[in-house]
Amino acid sequence: MFNDNDIITNTANNTDLEKIRSEFPILQTKVYGQPLVYLDNAATTQKPKIVLKAMDDYYKEYNSNVHRGVHYLSQKATDAFEVARRKVQAYINATHEHEVIFTKGTTESINLVASSFGRRFVKAGDSIIISAMEHHSNIVPWQLMCEERGATLKVIPINDKGELLMDRFEQMLDETVKLVAVTYVSNTLGTVNPVKEIIDKAHAQNIPVLIDAAQAIQHIGIDVQFLNVDFLAFSGHKMYGPTAVGILYGKEKWLNEMPPYQGGGEMIKTVSFEKSTYNVLPFKFEAGTPNVTEAIGLGAAIDFINATGLDYVREREQQLIRYAVNGLQTIDELRLIGEARERAASISFLVGNFHPFDVGELLDKQGIAVRTGHHCTEPLMNIFKIPGTVRASFAFYNTEEEIDKLVKGVKKAAMLLG
Amino acid sequence: MTINKKQDQITEDFELFDDWMEKYEYIIQLGKELPLIDEQYKTEDNLIRGCQSRVWLHADYKDGKLFFTGDSDALITKGLVSMVVQVLSGHTPKEIADAEIYFIDAIGLRSHLSPTRSNGLLSMLKQMKMYAIAYLSKALQ
Repeated sequence: MFNDNDIITNTANNTDLEKIRSEFPILQTKVYGQPLVYLDNAATTQKPKIVLKAMDDYYKEYNSNVHRGVHYLSQKATDAFEVARRKVQAYINATHEHEVIFTKGTTESINLVASSFGRRFVKAGDSIIISAMEHHSNIVPWQLMCEERGATLKVIPINDKGELLMDRFEQMLDETVKLVAVTYVSNTLGTVNPVKEIIDKAHAQNIPVLIDAAQAIQHIGIDVQFLNVDFLAFSGHKMYGPTAVGILYGKEKWLNEMPPYQGGGEMIKTVSFEKSTYNVLPFKFEAGTPNVTEAIGLGAAIDFINATGLDYVREREQQLIRYAVNGLQTIDELRLIGEARERAASISFLVGNFHPFDVGELLDKQGIAVRTGHHCTEPLMNIFKIPGTVRASFAFYNTEEEIDKLVKGVKKAAMLLG
Repeated sequence: MTINKKQDQITEDFELFDDWMEKYEYIIQLGKELPLIDEQYKTEDNLIRGCQSRVWLHADYKDGKLFFTGDSDALITKGLVSMVVQVLSGHTPKEIADAEIYFIDAIGLRSHLSPTRSNGLLSMLKQMKMYAIAYLSKALQ
């Protein structure tokens, strides 16, 4: 197990890799009799032992409901839950720990803002800006809210490389815009968007910004104070933590002004049949028994990332991306979908006229896990006029040898289909 | 040949293959040999939309029997469509309505029939049965 003095050096030698991979038990799995090559990390990352152990320990040693028990175990569980919150706070450098809200994932975080911010600040004739490369979870919540409030959804267009047209974005920032909601990294194209520039430009017009960091939080260091972002949403399971836990970071002033999202236990101060009053942040937005185990698991995942060093993770993933792009480009008729100058750990491609589903299935039977389809970005696929892509997405525990297998596997699939 | 005889024949054919890649090579080949659906029938009405791949199906009724043609934009799905069409085509509506399709499971491609896979194959099978039931009830009137 890693600890703070055990930071790995900045080159990927075999000892480092073996050590890293040994932390992830699932990487030793075989599928169809072959060693698993897991290249679907943008869908979910695998979990290190330290995360599994933290969750196991909780259930074995101090499982109890938080924030309300007078007894020893409840206090211990509450402490662990709140320690996890502070780990998230430190990881994104939030000013206050009560600006960190536990949700069940990015999707719920965005829905929370769409619902609560919408009810408080959006009225008929207003508009919300998103981009053409958003995941459905950063499109549909805004659509629902806009329909309800009589507002309009506007979309920042992209160029054929898959980069946002920033001059068009600037022109869209008029007085009707109440919020800008953009992804940091595209889950389909791997494009890294200039979020600092987006936030600064929106703020110049007094418009708040939500950043969907589901595909960024595990690759890029995020400092919410430096970015000056108003809302940040991300999921635990894409950063080596468990499923069913996510984070909404929101600036205190917005969260205080927004009405609660769901009603129930924990989020109230007093309840009577005539009128209830609400609890303070962050509890106002955490109705019901929270996902204690998963929050503790997420805290452990953050410890793991910190011990490994996000700089090392980024450096290593960039090496893998370059290696993969070079390797894939040796394949006849392979076409990369999305060629942004700056990209994080996903590569989308198509081979000749072969259906991505066929390529994905033939890779699967060779032990290689990729994702195929529209990746929950149907509008983006329509812009590129394709039914979907094959997407290989990497984590720092992947190896060059695995990428060689991917390249070989795609060649074999193309041969069979050709 | 009965529907089940055809299914057993396919299952036997697949037992000859040693590995997955050989199986797929054969399925893809079948897909390429599939008599294509006539372009005029490749309409929105005949389209069975899956999440990942799309399938078209057309039915003809002749001399008390149903004949199918089909297509898919994915080759592996197309190969499976080809086999299903071969198994069910040329049978009476009653035979088709009563048929239990077990060969896909037997050759190890059950995942293609999972509702979450959404490749259109499951919906296609349902559609074929619907045609059979429709003609069956017509005949009974």
